[in-house]
Parts: sequence; C-alpha cells; structure tokens
Amino acid sequence: MFLINCPYCGERDQSEFIAGGEAHIERPKQPTELSDDEWAEYLFMRKNIKGIQFERWNHAHGCRKWFNMIRDTSNDEIKLIYKMGEKPPKG
Amino acid sequence: MINKYSIFSLIKNAFSYHENWQKAWNDPQPKKEYDAVIVGGGGHGLATAYYLAKKHNMKNIAVVEKGWIGGGNTGRNTTIIRSNYLWDASAGLYDHALKIWEGLSQELNYNVMFSQRGVMNLAHNLQDVRDLKRRTHANRLNGIDAVYLSTEEVKKFCPIINTSTDIRYPVLGGTLQRRAGTARHDAVAWGYARGADEMGVDIIQNCEVKGIKRNGDSVEGIETTKGFIKTKKIGVVAAGHSSVIANMAGLRLPLESKPLQALVSEPVKPIIDTVVMSNAVHAYVSQSDKGELVIGAGTDDYVSYSQKGSHQIVEGTLNAILELYPIFSRMRMLRQWGGIVDICPDASPILSKTSVKGLYFNCGWGTGGFKATPGSGDLFAHTIANDEPHKLNAAFNLNRFVSGDLVDEHGAAAVAH
Amino acid sequence: MSQNLRVKSSNFIDETSRISFKFNGKTYYGFKGDTLASALLANDIHLVGRSFKYHRPRGIMTSGSEEPNAIVQVGNDKAITEPNVRATEVEIYNGLEAKSQNCWPSVNFDIGGINNFLSPLLPAGFYYKTFMWPASFWEKYEIAIRHSAGLGRSPTKPDTDIYEHRYIHCDVLVIGAGISGIMAAKTAAKNNLNTLLLDEKNELGGMTIYQNSEKFKIDNKISSEWLNDEIEELKKLDNLEIKTRTSVAAYHGYNYLLARENLTDHLSKDEKENKVRQRLLKIRAKKVIVATGSLERPLVFNNNDRPGIMLSSAVKKYADYYGVICGKNNIFFTNNDTAYESAISLLKKGINVHCIIDIRENSNSSIVKEAQDLGLKIYWSHTIVDTHGYKRLKQISIMELSKDGQSFANSNKIVLDCDCLGMSGGWTPAVHLFTQSGGKLKFREKDQVFIPNKYPSEQVSIGSCNGDFELDEIIKNSSDILKDFLKIEKTGFDNMNVETSKETSKKNIWLLPSDKIVGKTKPFVDYQNDATAKDIKLALREGFRSIEHVKRYTTTGMGTDQGKLGNMHALGIIADTTGVKMGEVGTTTFRPPYTPLTFGTIVGRNVGEYFDIFRRTPMNDWHINNNAEFENVGQWKRAWYYPRGNESMYEAVQRESKATRESAGILDASTLGKIDIQGSDASEFLNRVYTNAWSKLGIGKCRYGLMLNEDGMVYDDGVTTRLGENHYIMTTTTGGAANVLSKLEDYLQTEWPELDVYLTSVTDHFATATIGGPNSKKILNKLIPDLDLSDENFPHMSFKEEKIGKINCRIMRISFTGELSYEINIQASYGKSLWEQCMDAGKEFNITPYGTETMHLLRAEKGFIIVGQDTDGTMTPIDLQMDWVVSKKKYDFIGKRSLYRSDTMREDRKQMVGLLTDDPNTVLEEGAQIISELDQTPVKMLGHVTSSYFSPNLGKSIALAVVKGGKNMMGKKLFIPMEDKTINVTVVDPIFLDKENKKLNA
Repeated sequence: MFLINCPYCGERDQSEFIAGGEAHIERPKQPTELSDDEWAEYLFMRKNIKGIQFERWNHAHGCRKWFNMIRDTSNDEIKLIYKMGEKPPKG
Repeated sequence: MINKYSIFSLIKNAFSYHENWQKAWNDPQPKKEYDAVIVGGGGHGLATAYYLAKKHNMKNIAVVEKGWIGGGNTGRNTTIIRSNYLWDASAGLYDHALKIWEGLSQELNYNVMFSQRGVMNLAHNLQDVRDLKRRTHANRLNGIDAVYLSTEEVKKFCPIINTSTDIRYPVLGGTLQRRAGTARHDAVAWGYARGADEMGVDIIQNCEVKGIKRNGDSVEGIETTKGFIKTKKIGVVAAGHSSVIANMAGLRLPLESKPLQALVSEPVKPIIDTVVMSNAVHAYVSQSDKGELVIGAGTDDYVSYSQKGSHQIVEGTLNAILELYPIFSRMRMLRQWGGIVDICPDASPILSKTSVKGLYFNCGWGTGGFKATPGSGDLFAHTIANDEPHKLNAAFNLNRFVSGDLVDEHGAAAVAH
Repeated sequence: MSQNLRVKSSNFIDETSRISFKFNGKTYYGFKGDTLASALLANDIHLVGRSFKYHRPRGIMTSGSEEPNAIVQVGNDKAITEPNVRATEVEIYNGLEAKSQNCWPSVNFDIGGINNFLSPLLPAGFYYKTFMWPASFWEKYEIAIRHSAGLGRSPTKPDTDIYEHRYIHCDVLVIGAGISGIMAAKTAAKNNLNTLLLDEKNELGGMTIYQNSEKFKIDNKISSEWLNDEIEELKKLDNLEIKTRTSVAAYHGYNYLLARENLTDHLSKDEKENKVRQRLLKIRAKKVIVATGSLERPLVFNNNDRPGIMLSSAVKKYADYYGVICGKNNIFFTNNDTAYESAISLLKKGINVHCIIDIRENSNSSIVKEAQDLGLKIYWSHTIVDTHGYKRLKQISIMELSKDGQSFANSNKIVLDCDCLGMSGGWTPAVHLFTQSGGKLKFREKDQVFIPNKYPSEQVSIGSCNGDFELDEIIKNSSDILKDFLKIEKTGFDNMNVETSKETSKKNIWLLPSDKIVGKTKPFVDYQNDATAKDIKLALREGFRSIEHVKRYTTTGMGTDQGKLGNMHALGIIADTTGVKMGEVGTTTFRPPYTPLTFGTIVGRNVGEYFDIFRRTPMNDWHINNNAEFENVGQWKRAWYYPRGNESMYEAVQRESKATRESAGILDASTLGKIDIQGSDASEFLNRVYTNAWSKLGIGKCRYGLMLNEDGMVYDDGVTTRLGENHYIMTTTTGGAANVLSKLEDYLQTEWPELDVYLTSVTDHFATATIGGPNSKKILNKLIPDLDLSDENFPHMSFKEEKIGKINCRIMRISFTGELSYEINIQASYGKSLWEQCMDAGKEFNITPYGTETMHLLRAEKGFIIVGQDTDGTMTPIDLQMDWVVSKKKYDFIGKRSLYRSDTMREDRKQMVGLLTDDPNTVLEEGAQIISELDQTPVKMLGHVTSSYFSPNLGKSIALAVVKGGKNMMGKKLFIPMEDKTINVTVVDPIFLDKENKKLNA
C-alpha cells in the first residue's frame, strides 16, 4: 500500500485515496471547433506510460482535495506530489 | 515430424525413462526478414501465429517475445471461459472462441484441460436481475446457451453458496452458461507454441522490441535487442505493454494498464465444481483440477507496470468470497499474484488495423482476454493476412473511439461501471 | 513404548503437564510444549502422510514452517476442521484431533499407493500429453483427476471463529527473534525508537536458544546462555512490543507489512472460547530490519524421501528442544559442518549415532575434530546412492565419490542400518520478504547462496538471512549494519569476544549421482508435489528453459510449502544441465504470503452483519412496523412495498398505485442525493453540468436537470431548486449521489477552479416525505393551514420555506408521479415525526404509504425515465426523446460535443418508446428482447424492454423500451420472443396517462 503525502493532510495510507488518471489533460475550451478525431484524443487517448508518469489523485476519505503526483509506474515509486493547479517541475 | 502426444506415446516413452521426448519448440535466432512478425508471445500472440501458418499459409513468420513465452496472463490466470456477453458483436466474438475451445485439445494434440463445468453470474439487487435477464434473452436469441436461474436453482447448482435472505446482499437469482468453464492456462500457450513451431514459425524468446521503423505511412520493420527485423506486417499482441509499443510507432491508444490481482488457496478435495461470478458482491471463484480455489475480482484503480497491486483489493475480494461462501473462512491463501491488464474505455477489445499500413493491434482485452485466446488468434490472423477485419472483429476497430460506436460491456465483463 | 524415545529435555517441555491427543483415531500422549510432530516422533510415529502424486509414504522432515510432508487435517467439527496444517506447527492441547490426508483407507494402507507403481506413466506434465481421447471422455477423466488431487478437505459449515485487524505504526520493525533479531530489537528500543519485534515461533531465540555446545561462546558464556540473558533484559525494555506466534506474511512497498498473529490455535476448546482466533497486523514501519534466518537444505539423492529422512537441524531440535529421539540408528549425511553439531549433541545425550556420511574429502574445523574425538565414524567423499524401507527408513547404501563428484571412485557399495537420517545440504537464507519488497539478490559462489545485494530504502537484513552463517560474523556484521542503519554510535554489541567453529571446506552437488541410470532413480526436489530431478531434466529437454516454465511444467515449488526446501536445488539442476551460471538462471518471483494465510484473517471483522454498512432513513422503523418489504438501493434500505394482510407484492403494488392516483400516497424519498450549491458562479456552474439552461431560473423555482458524461451518455438526473440568488439545492438519484458529488468536485477543483462555487453533501441532513395525489393539497393544508396553496402563490415547480408546527421545512411542489405532489424536506431528526404527522393528517383521505415499486410504476405511466434502469450508459438525451432538455443555445456543457460524433448522431439509434401488448393482461419481462421479424436467422434484435408493469390506473400492461429507430415506429407491430412463446406488441408514445398533465394542477 502506497504511503501518499497529501499536500493538505500529510502522509496517509493509499486506501484513503482514489487514482484519477493522467494529469494535465485540459478540457478543450472550444469543443465545437474540434474534429471527431481531436475530441476522441481528449476523451479517450492516453499516454499510459511505463515509467515516469504525471497523474491525479484524490484524497477521497480525507480532505477530498485533488492533487498531482509524479510516479514511476514501472516500480510504483512516488517521486513528487504537488497541488492541483501548480505546474509540473521541468526535467 | 513431432512426437504425437497420447497415452500410447506416454507408455512407449516410459520405457526409455522419458528421455526421448522431443523439444516442444525450438529456440532459433531471428532471420533478417519475415513476411509477418507478431510482437508478444502470450496466448493470443502464439495463437495468431498458429492460425497465420495454418489457415493462411503464412509460415515465414516469427513471434518475438521479450521474456519467456506464456509469461503474462497464460502464466497465471483465473481461467474463466464463457461467451455470455450482452452485445451481438461481443457474443459473436467470444462464442467464436468458445467453439474453438471445444475442440482445441484435439486440434493442438495438447491437453488444454478445457472443462465445461458452467459459469454462473449472480444477481444481488433488482437492477442486477433486469440486466441478467436482458443478457440471457440476448444470448438465447444469438444462439448462445444461457438460462436464468432462481435463487433455489442457483443453490441447487452450487450448494455451497450462501443463498440465505439475511445476508447483506442476498442472491436474487443468476444466469448460467453451461458450455462455459475453465482451462489450463499455460497449456494453451505451450500448445499453440508447439503447433506453430511445427509448421515452421520461428518463436524467438528474450527478444525485446525497442522501436518500430516506419516509412511514412507504412511499416518497414522492428528494432529488437537481437537486431533489426524487416517485415511488412506487424501484429502487436502485447497486452499491458500495448501503449509502450504503440508509442514507438507514434500511435496513441485509449488504453490504461492497471494491476489485476488474483490468488489461489491450498489444494483441497473437490468442494466446488462450477465457476461462480458476482458483480455486486465482487469476486469470482472456481476450483482448479489440482484442488486449489482460484479467486479473483477487479483491478486496482491506478496505472502500473509493476505487476503488483494493493492489498486492499485482495482483502475486498476475499471479503466478498466469505460473504457468499462462509465455509471458506479457514482456507488459506497459498499464492497471490498480479499482472498488467490493458483496460479499454468500453471494456471491449481492439482487434484492428491502424492508420499505419501493415501495423495491426490486438489489445484492450482488460480482465477478460484469456477466454478469447483461440478466437482472438484466429480473427487477428485473418485481419493481418487479408489486411481487413473478419466480420466477427469488425466492430472492435480503433475508429469506434472517434465515431462513438463503442461496445460497452462493463456489465457483462463483470467490472464495476 | 513412548517414553524410551524421550530424553531429559530442556526448559521448553513441561513434563509435569501431560496432554492427550488423537492421531488417525488413536489416542497418544505428549507434553505441554510439544508440537504434534514432536509428540508423534516421541511415540515412534514417522509415517504421517502420503505424497500428492505418487502417494509415497512420507514422514516428518523438519521442525518448522518449511515442512512439506507432515500436513494433516485438524479437527472433526465441520465448521472448524482445517486442512493442510503442518504438524510441525501445531502446538498440542488436550482434545486435539488430527489425521493424515490424501490417503484411503489409511495412511498405512493407501490404495493411492498404486500410483507409485504407475509412476513411469506419471512424469511431470503427463496430463498435457494425454486424456485427450476420446474427446467426450475428458469430463470423466476430470472427475477422477479432481478426486485424486487436492490434499485435505475444506470445512463444510461456516467458520465460528472471529478474526481481527490491528494497525501498528512503529519506528522500527524487527522480523525474527533469533540471535540477530534480539540484538536489533534491543539496540533499537534502547535508542528510544518505538520497536516491534515479531517471531513466528512461540519462543524467542531462534536456534541459538537451545544450543548446548561449548564451542560457541559469547563473552565466555555458552551462546544459549548469553542469549537467554539478553532476552530477559529485552523483555524489560520500554518502547518495545514483542509478539510471538506471529508470522510476517507480506512485505509490500513503502514499508507496509502484513503479519498474522496466532492467538488461540494452541489452546484447548475451553481455553479458546470467545477469544479472537487470529489477528492480522497491518504494519507501517519507518524502518525494517529483516532477521528471518535461513532454512536448512536437504540433499537430493535417489529415494531421499522415506519416513525417517529428516533435516539434520530438525533431528537436533527434536533432541535438544523437545527432548525426543527420532531414531535408534541415527546417521547423518552432509556437505557441511552443521550435521556435526547435530551428531555431537545427540551423542552427548546418549543417543546412538552410527556415523556421518560427508561428501567432502576432508575438514579440519574444530567441530569436526570434536566429533572425531568422540569416536564418531566419518565416511569422507561418500554419497548415499539408495535408501530402503517402504514405510520407515531401514537401510541406506553408500558409495565413494569420484574426484569430480559426478560418479564413483570404485564399485564398492556399503549397506548400513539406519532408521533416522539427518541430512544437511547447507543453508538457504530466507530472502522471501526481502525480495517481496523489491530487493534484488546476488549469488555468492563460495557457499552457493542468494543473498541481498542492495537493500530497498529504509530496510536492512542481518544475520544468516544476510549471508552471515558463523557466530562471529553474525555478531560483528549485525552490529555494524545496525549502527549504520539506525544512525547510532554504538549498539552495545561492539567488540564482543566470540568463540565459534569455523567451516574450512565446502562442497555442493545439487544432484548427487546414483549407480542406477537417472531414469530408474527418484531423487526428489519438491517433496510435496513429487517433482524429481528427472522431471526437471525432462522439462529442460522439452524446451522449457526458464525457471518460470520449469516450475509450472513440473509444479516444483508450487505446493503448500512454497518450495522452501527445494527451489535452490531446482535452480541448481537447471544451471548444471543447461550450463548457465546460477546467478543468471534467476530465481522465481517470491510473492506473498510467506506461509499460507487464512482467508478469515485477511478479511477480519467485516463478515456477516458487518459486511457492508446499512444506510437507513429516519423513517425506517416506521416502515418496519408497518410491514414494509425492503430493497437494497446501493447501501440504502428502501421500502419496496407495504403488503397488508396476506397481500402478494403484485397486490400491494396495485393497491398502492391506485390509491395514490385516486386520493393520496406518501413516499419516503430521503435517500435521493442532495447537494447544496452556493457561490456567485452557481448558475454558471449549473449551466455547465446540466444539458439545459439555468441562468434564468427564478429564485424559489425548481427545474429538472439532466447530466451527461463527457461521452454524451445520460449519467444522472434530478430536480434542482433555486433557494436564493447564489444558493441552489440539487437532487440526484439515490445510487448516483456520491459519484455525482465527486464528479462535480473534480470539475470545480481541476477544470474550473476560477468558479466561485461550493458544494456540500446534505443527503443525510434532510429527510424527505413526498405526498402526492389529488388530495395532497388538502393534506398539506392541514399541516400548514396558513400557507396559500393556490397555483398563483405556489405553482408547480416552485419552492416554499415554511414551518410545520415550530419546525422549519422546505417544500418543493414537484412531481415524479404526474400527480399533484409536494416534497417536504425537514431536518433529518424530525423525519419520523414529519411522516407520522403526514399520516395523521392524511388519514381521512386514506393516505397510502407506497414504496419504490409503486413509485416506479407511477412514473412509468407518465413515461419518466429512471437513470440506470431505462438507461445503461449508452443512451443520449436525444435517444431518450428528451430533446427538450438539451439546450440549443448554450455554447457548451459536459457531454455536448460528444452528441455530435458521427455514430452518436445516427437516426437509427435505439430510442425510447412505449409498448402496449396485444393482450392487455400480458405483462412483459423487463430485459426481454424485441424483434420486428419472426423466423429470422440470425435474429436481429432491435432493443429491449426496460420497464414493465400492469397499470391498475389504465387497466392494462404498459412498458417502456428502447428500440432501434423507435422514434419513427409509432403504431408499428413488434414481437417479444420469449423462450416458450412470442408476445405481440405495438409501439406507442411512452406517455400513457394524462398527456396534458392536467393532474398536476388539480
């Protein structure tokens, strides 16, 4: 079970959280301008990376806030956690 | 000519202390070029190669596998085989596979131990009942054997289920597909490997694909740890690693690779002789021919390639098991494992051409790929050989995510919506 | 007979406390402190079971959790009988009953023994090669296979024991209380770290605690004495929790571990009554010290599996710890010094040890010298080539090895009498937990062991599991590692004076040669599953090269002992046969659990009534008292219908439905989700999440809202009321409430953080009673006489904040039944009182409580959808003929774009329609499929029946359905093919009753 350092509550057991998929996918501001292909990109296509991935998590059984996480999906090591709305670090 | 397997050859070989059995498959180095290459040496990939050779006379082909063949889902599996899916397209797909299962041991001359002991899906609330009845009617009209059972009939078919009305979510009924059942997972991979090898297919293990070479809109070949292999047709059957390969070709897929866990108990004398699945009280169970209870449920909710899942899933699964089978409380978990499953947004697979000529993908089977192994191989081989899908896999194309023509099987795939 | 196999023992057996137990129906005696294994051995019983495949007679091999053979069924009671229990781990108690497994009629005379003679036909993987013909016979073969497979028997009644979970957070977890574990625990605790020390045995001190040789000393005390003193001090320390009989089952990432604490399995029936049986410890440790020791290896030679053939350390433990003699003619067979310790210990107790067979050419270590000084005969460079004795070892045959160890120096064969053979093939560090947690191993050539290479963070291994086998190395290295790991200057174990015997020569041969050809030998690698070295070579020959393939093909390591004794030999034989180096063959992946873990323990207390929570409304008791039947809607218990007298469900629902439309009905609607929405951007927010327009909704007005997923499919619905300028209350479906709230929060936090909107779940804050029917206005008038209920003052789809008596309530005039209807919301604690007042006020109007079934029926008469029943995640609002709820003007809302995808816009999609049966008394089955042409192959299904009832208000059956192209099929005849008949239907408008909505304004 991961130990996740919620930016608001501190370290908590994974069972308090829900994973929310790939991070930094912005909902298009002008959906009607998009082709069906482009809309499908937003709706369905995912990087699904083996390795360093940027993703979202929610502290569902706690403060219920969303935040971002950088995690290595090949070994589940959490590298960094940062608040929702913050930009991911470079490099 | 390869050794035929039978009781006679078993007896004959006993005299030479079984020292004369031939290799089940060879261990060749890759050639410089093939007519087609299958990336991924699991059940589906090996089956694809087998059918390419057998039905489409494509024998100058290779299967490249980054580890050892059958190391993924055919290495450890809860092995449920059924075809009672809701939509016509799915019913057609899975029943095609089921029909092949029914004669597979004989076809491969390898006992895959396909046991048609029936699969039940239980209903625990009124909407479950409606959904199961809907599915049963659809199955019946699609020519797939399915009956709806009352609570009493469920109990009769599997006496150890706790059908009392005072449990939290009582069993209100269920469906039964009698032709459904289980099989021996590693036998399928090994059986197809042996068969394909016999026809001249090169099975190349410990050969990892590092890149896909494209010439504009078509493929030229694959870069591997054993060198570059030239080919005009690449069939990718890499399950949880499908996105990794797709990214090499500059393609995006709608998949997420998540951990799927399962476990077995210590072996005991026969105690349950069918397969029982439940969505609402989420777990499924059967008993292997060795006597182990084989138990599984759903995936974790995060992407991972670590082949480990979180403990809370195991606890939740066993919680559901003890709710329905309180006699199992003293059984012991002997082994647990985790794998990587590629989940598709509509819980249906992708067997499809892509926008790149010569590049084909067979993936997205999620938690339900094992049952389709022979059918998947057969239809994918057809798709590759003809550069067009078979009518049975036409609906499972990549394009459906653009048009919206999804095949939503969350209910029938027994995963939470 | 039993007593002359006992020697004066140690402090670990209480000879004053005699215990009687039964084995295979016969009564025997042992002492408190005995395990079933030691007690049986003391009674001269070695044959305790039969192997899985060949049904060969098997005896007790070990003294611990690595036991492969002595597994028994414990207990006769159908609820608490337990299969596959290791006799070496059962602590005997009065009343214990155990029996052998996998044999019939008895372990002594087992019909299954015939498999032993059929063994040439039963090599590894034989079942892949046969049972295929005739195809139809597979079912019959399978029955036979399944009955011969399996070991013990499952209980057939529900478990009566209780299991618990406990969470432990600690600074340091020490796994294993052998000598290095004790050092670690003491060091950590003394340095003010909160420490947890666990050991799977019932005594601390591992093997050292019963060690009695003068050769092993620490600070001039015999090591066992020294350790005993350390343990006494340890027990007095603060910050230290010690748990025995506790086995660590799993080591997950982030230092999260699961351990199983055994609380009552060693107690008699009376003693264990009402106590928790086992506890699962869920441990989160800042630092973990793995001190799990190592397991002795057997040797692999022809017929190495007879009862009486044991590990040398087990023979020693039975003598030194349990005071039990395992044989009258003891011989040891070894490739290292360990067996000498065992032999010497036995000799000193006056137990007969005939000789030692050592495959090494020589050794001059001090322990070997001591053995020689005691007159022990040693056969150097010899190996055992065969053993004899079917149900108990009688003799062994030995020959001299050639220089290279692959064959023999000469053809002399010596036969020796022997009824107990202690073998020692070296030691395998127990690195299971280390690798489970992600640790990587390296192979050490000199003693052929896999040891930790790099520790994962915040973890170390010490002692023999780290590759330190000699006492001086253990003390020094453990101390050094602890200093570094715990970041301290001294451990208290620095610079100690340690005396030990040092091993000076090593030799390892994975598969010892026989004078017979391999095909005629049976050198067992996996005892439980009967996998021999032959099988491994067969697998390799057939092309199974990886350890994973070999393991699966031969089932090596897949028994209940999880390959603890044999995995190394399997690897070794693969390496030797294929010419690959050991370090490169790899090990199989070690996965949890370390020893098998009881399901009940994993689940804990959440069984029976604690399986899932019950959510109940404040009116729940009233429903129960009025005979309501309930249905589960998610975690809620909702009143389903209220049968009176002997009414069937059908009769009750018909009555309730009629009564509501004729006069008045009352429904408990408390379970519907309620979300309080506040903020200056609340209207904009609603515009974005619902399909229809919200900006112009007046204060005090209600509106129906439909919510889609981004893929355009209907997701949830409900009425939302504007309470104030920036204040709304949204309702959702009962089942969707939590998901909707999560989803909305997700959008607010991650997509639209600029919106000033706050959401609060208030589902549980308010109870809701909905009164509906022509007389509902009159009833409300009695409850709130001063409220003007005219259409001008209180129109349909509006809201009033009023008081009933002194209590505030919110009243929405909304209707799901199509009747004039008021939804009264009140603070939850007044829910029951509100209901009772409504019932009272409505008495003269025959107010009828109705449940969810009637509610479904009434709304169906009006063609209203139920999300999740009429929709299945694949229907758009257009499909549902709800175009009116989709705003054409709004630029965007969740799901809008998807509505314009090519497939989503097709005209021939499934659309919602009504169906009337030709025979008005035939009620369709919900879920039935619909076709337009009979005798079609393949059958083309157009859709299905989603909701279906007999309507008492219309006097006929009605149904809602989704049908491809249904929009354009009004009046068309379709068919419902059931199993036994076909039903004719006509497609109609889904609104069956009061199309003009006259009743809303009665």
